[in-house]
Amino acid sequence: MKVAVLTFPGSNCDYDLYHAVKQVGGEPVWRWHRDRGLDGMDAVLLPGGFSYGDYLRAGAIARFSPIMEDVRDFAERGGPVVGICNGFQILCEAGLLPGALIRNESLRFQSEDCLLRVERTDTVFTSEYEKGQMLRIPLAHAEGNYRADQETLDRLEGEGLVLFRYVDETGATTREANPNGSLNNIAGIVNPAGNVMGMMPHPERAMESLLGSADGLAVFTSLVSSLAPAG
Amino acid sequence: MAHYRIEIRVTPRPGILDPQGKAIHHSLQNLGWTAVEDVRVGKAIHVEMDADSAEAARSEAEAMCRKLLANPVTEDFEVYQVEEA
Repeated sequence: MKVAVLTFPGSNCDYDLYHAVKQVGGEPVWRWHRDRGLDGMDAVLLPGGFSYGDYLRAGAIARFSPIMEDVRDFAERGGPVVGICNGFQILCEAGLLPGALIRNESLRFQSEDCLLRVERTDTVFTSEYEKGQMLRIPLAHAEGNYRADQETLDRLEGEGLVLFRYVDETGATTREANPNGSLNNIAGIVNPAGNVMGMMPHPERAMESLLGSADGLAVFTSLVSSLAPAG
Repeated sequence: MAHYRIEIRVTPRPGILDPQGKAIHHSLQNLGWTAVEDVRVGKAIHVEMDADSAEAARSEAEAMCRKLLANPVTEDFEVYQVEEA
């Protein structure tokens, strides 16, 4: 299973993603932002970081990288695409996911563990989780405050497109559990077709119990098992 | 062809939370400007370019805003000034 890991100027989680793909038995393949072509790839990952220094808006310049045209074609053909942190911001700027990520309500760069609740398990990104499962996963961002207009928000909620929410220890979506001010405590969403996912927290930094948490592992095992040939 | 200086203003859309504006508002109040009711923070972007006319320069600037300079989900834009230089 070949998984393209994109690198933009300023990406800094690309090696973590590369390692995560290897750890779950996939074959990671580097793709520089100026490369073209995703033929033969089974999935595409957009890493976290600070592409183009977050100038103008986070992800606003990276979305015009040459490789992004191929990512759009790949997504339109139904190929699975995951954007984490800055990758999520790029997917929103590119219009592959709805909404936008603005400055955290705190105005601070938040770097901490957060608790997430898994909202859906019938997607290629979450099939190895239990519905309602709580995950402890690190986050690290300054622009993670998810915003969308009311119509978009209603559609996200109505069609069940929210995959992860920030919650407290009891699993409740409280204001205190919300690290950045995101509407409805949204931490991750999927497109209506179910093949493009974006999330702000970093599952690729929660792959080993020895290093604090392995709660992110199932994002990658879900993806691999969905791509593995049946039987 | 003439040379134009263009000023573009990009501001958070009404109803969109503006954490920077809120923080500055709070700070101004603490400094004694208690009459301040609201603060919103945007960006001014200055572009210089050659164009056939002021109208052409303006319409190019609007196209830039739609494609790159503003995010329609969270921001409004205005081509505030087009000045022949």
